[in-house]
Amino acid sequence: MNAKKNSIIDEVTQGEYKYGFVTDIETEVAPKGLNEDIIRFISTKKEEPEFMLDFRLKAFARWQKMKMPDWAHLNIPAIDFQDIIYYAAPKKKKELESLDEVDPELLKTFEKLGISLEEQKRLSGVAVDAIIDSVSVKTTFSDTLAELGIIFCSFSEALRNHPDLVKKYVGSVVPYSDNYFAALNSAVFSDGSFCYIPKGVKCPIELSTYFRINAANTGQFERTLIIADEGSYVSYMEGCTAPMRDENQLHAAVVEIIALKDAEVKYSTVQNWYPGSKEGKGGIYNFVTKRGICKGANSKISWTQVETGSAVTWKYPSCILAGDNSVSEFYSVAVTNNHQQADTGTKMIHIGKNTKSTIISKGISAGFSNNTYRGLVRIAKSAINSRNYSQCDSLLLGDKCGAHTFPYINALNRSSIVEHEATTSKISEDQLFYCNQRGIDPENAIGLIVNGYAKEVLNKLPMEFAVEAQKLLSISLEGSVG
Amino acid sequence: MQPLVKNNILKEKIIGLSRENREDIIGYDTPDITKIREQALSKFVDLGFPDQSVEEWRNTNLDNALSYDYNLAFHPVKKITNIESIFKCNVPHLNTLLLPLLNGWHVFMGEALKTLEDGTIVGSFAHAIKKYPEIIGRHFSKYSGAGKNGLEALNTAIAQDGIFIYVPEGVEVKSPIQIVNIIRPESNIFVQARNLIILGKNSKLTLVHCDDSYNLLPGFSNTVTEVFIGENAKLNHNKLQNINNDSTIINSTYFHQKSNSKLLYNAISLNGGLIRNNTYVKLNGEGCETNILGLYLMDKTQHIDNYTYIDHVKPNCNSKKLFKGILDEKATGVFNGHVHVRRDAQNTNAVQKNQNILLTDTAKIDTKPFLEIYADDVKCSHGATVGQLNTEALFYIRSRGIEERNAELLLMYAFAAEVINHISIDALRDRIDDMVKKRLRGELSVCDQCVLHCSSQEQPVQFDIDMSLLKTNN
Repeated sequence: MNAKKNSIIDEVTQGEYKYGFVTDIETEVAPKGLNEDIIRFISTKKEEPEFMLDFRLKAFARWQKMKMPDWAHLNIPAIDFQDIIYYAAPKKKKELESLDEVDPELLKTFEKLGISLEEQKRLSGVAVDAIIDSVSVKTTFSDTLAELGIIFCSFSEALRNHPDLVKKYVGSVVPYSDNYFAALNSAVFSDGSFCYIPKGVKCPIELSTYFRINAANTGQFERTLIIADEGSYVSYMEGCTAPMRDENQLHAAVVEIIALKDAEVKYSTVQNWYPGSKEGKGGIYNFVTKRGICKGANSKISWTQVETGSAVTWKYPSCILAGDNSVSEFYSVAVTNNHQQADTGTKMIHIGKNTKSTIISKGISAGFSNNTYRGLVRIAKSAINSRNYSQCDSLLLGDKCGAHTFPYINALNRSSIVEHEATTSKISEDQLFYCNQRGIDPENAIGLIVNGYAKEVLNKLPMEFAVEAQKLLSISLEGSVG
Repeated sequence: MQPLVKNNILKEKIIGLSRENREDIIGYDTPDITKIREQALSKFVDLGFPDQSVEEWRNTNLDNALSYDYNLAFHPVKKITNIESIFKCNVPHLNTLLLPLLNGWHVFMGEALKTLEDGTIVGSFAHAIKKYPEIIGRHFSKYSGAGKNGLEALNTAIAQDGIFIYVPEGVEVKSPIQIVNIIRPESNIFVQARNLIILGKNSKLTLVHCDDSYNLLPGFSNTVTEVFIGENAKLNHNKLQNINNDSTIINSTYFHQKSNSKLLYNAISLNGGLIRNNTYVKLNGEGCETNILGLYLMDKTQHIDNYTYIDHVKPNCNSKKLFKGILDEKATGVFNGHVHVRRDAQNTNAVQKNQNILLTDTAKIDTKPFLEIYADDVKCSHGATVGQLNTEALFYIRSRGIEERNAELLLMYAFAAEVINHISIDALRDRIDDMVKKRLRGELSVCDQCVLHCSSQEQPVQFDIDMSLLKTNN
């Protein structure tokens, strides 16, 4: 039985990363290294307004004074920030008007990824902004959306066409001085998605961004800005993949969400960056700052994430509940395998009255990996009658991995209620036996149990993503017995 | 940055004084111990006092506590005239063997070290170094190392005296032993006490450990206690803290458990300017059981920080942690619980729970229940809650004709009772029970003397309703 268990674990740990191909697209790259000139180069290349360059330079000056954070439960070898290419763009000859003009190699890439930018997407009703090596290559459905007044485009386009909106909101949720990686991103971000939903508009289709790191030695630094004006609604999805490479690649993104009065934003991520080989070689370093602010009363932001990729994940999608009666939710499934390390969780900062937050986090560790939940719930003095409920469960598959829970709770008033619960366990023999007894083989039984374990979170994903997420889960974990 | 400079002044002063008084400090030492002290002193020189940049101390600010111009007590208080009244314990029917500590020095009449009928040795730590160098050599600084932080290192470096208890193999000590640690400053005083408690195989001990202040001058008590619990031994450790609002208590306790040993530890904190309890438990044998409980009732601008670290080194151990607190006025509380399950510690059960009630909008709680787990066959859970009294329960009680204030008291008492009920010495439990009730009514303040004679009444404290009817087994 044991031998069999081990072989199953081996199988799991050998699970292939099926997105690990490289696309042969001509790219234009900046020289390696980071200095003011590179930043000016990026800014010029993107024909940015003056304020953006100022923002970048201020961020760079700040970044130089900062130190890489070491408080996370992660073991990261020193990163040489001068050995990274900060700008790599698929070579564009001219503005693309239709899909026919997109590089066919590129289209093939997206087909392989299962993202067709073509008409079929109309059927599934998803507008996609595809970003390769941090440059947005094509945004679909912009025209349909434009009729509703929705702006959904690349960040650079937004800078050209809607500089006032960008100027007003960029850096308002994640200031450039926020942390080391946010500062780095603010200095060198090359592109990203921009989304504005006007007053009272419910976005009829899911908006989606797909990120892909393609070129070697590059870092990806994209920036997403979502603004939901009063009474609007949007559901936003984000997916990521990268080729298999021996060296580590850096991904440092910033996502900012602003929800005004009565607005609702639903943000879903399936993160599947290359996790490195099973010996722990290569893989993406994923250092992401995601934060939303429920600015107006009765607004709502929900984060749903399925984290299966990356060699190192450092990510805390957070929410500032500033408006009265605002609501925030965080649902997360984080899977680590082989030598992956994840330190992820959320921060809920309650400021407004009657604010509510819910945190459901499910960690699954296998192989030699370490999976950490780190979260903060802060109830400010002004957050009268606020409520938080957190539940963090960890599942251990195998005896070489680790599962850790580091919650922080600060409560500063007497009328609020904060509850935190956490459990750590392995799949019980009883559950397995029960399934086996009913003729379900161990492998499927575990798939079943893990899926049931993560169901609470998967249920929150939009349909298209839920299917992908479930597949990802089964690829990473099918059949592993602790 | 101002306070940092102040801390440095105190640090330099203490380092200077420790060097000047070196002969006194090492007066009782064996060469090995002197060596440990020297290493610890250089660790203190390196680390200084812990400040908020250290993760474990980020919610506890020592700046104010360290801003006084403290003196150190390198010599015991010479003339103690009213020793009996200082240490007289007034808990009715509590028969304990009393071991008084005054400003970090064991106060004794006659012999410094006594051997009881059953072979148990109790008395002064300083004298024990001389008389039992072999035992001390085996245990001193073996569980704490030089200390996890600057304060503990300082204690290792310069603490001269404290309480030494040695329970030989197979001995079950009949009456509880009580350590009363009193700070009675003539001027502001910084006190180091070092306790070493050793339980041999199959032995059993009940300990009552009180921290009190004698007058209202600011004092800083920095105590390190090392406890070795041998195979199959049982320790029941009750801790009581009630000091004045200008005093600071830093208590670091290292428990080292061998196979099948049992520990029940109760920490009840009722008053204190700043209290920090560091409790480290190492489960270094299979089949250990450990049960750590805490209750803190704070008001004014008091601050309490309970830091507990349970290290599951070996398989098949159970640990339980329950900390409950009520914070009133501007009091601040911190709970930092860490459960570490090592790779080989399979079949571990660990439960961790922290519950808090905030009574005002100016009170504050930071709670951090951590789990760090490397073994897969484990059942670990933790829970933390912050809230207020249940309004439905309040309504229920009030609908039965009990006025609001009493209903509140009743609920708070019931909240606290879960911890109090674990105290196994009846007389002590009843007294603490009374004290908690008084404390909840705002009547218990720090007396001029030991907390345990804050009132000599035999009459139990009652709320306006008969509480005894409500006492249930937990």
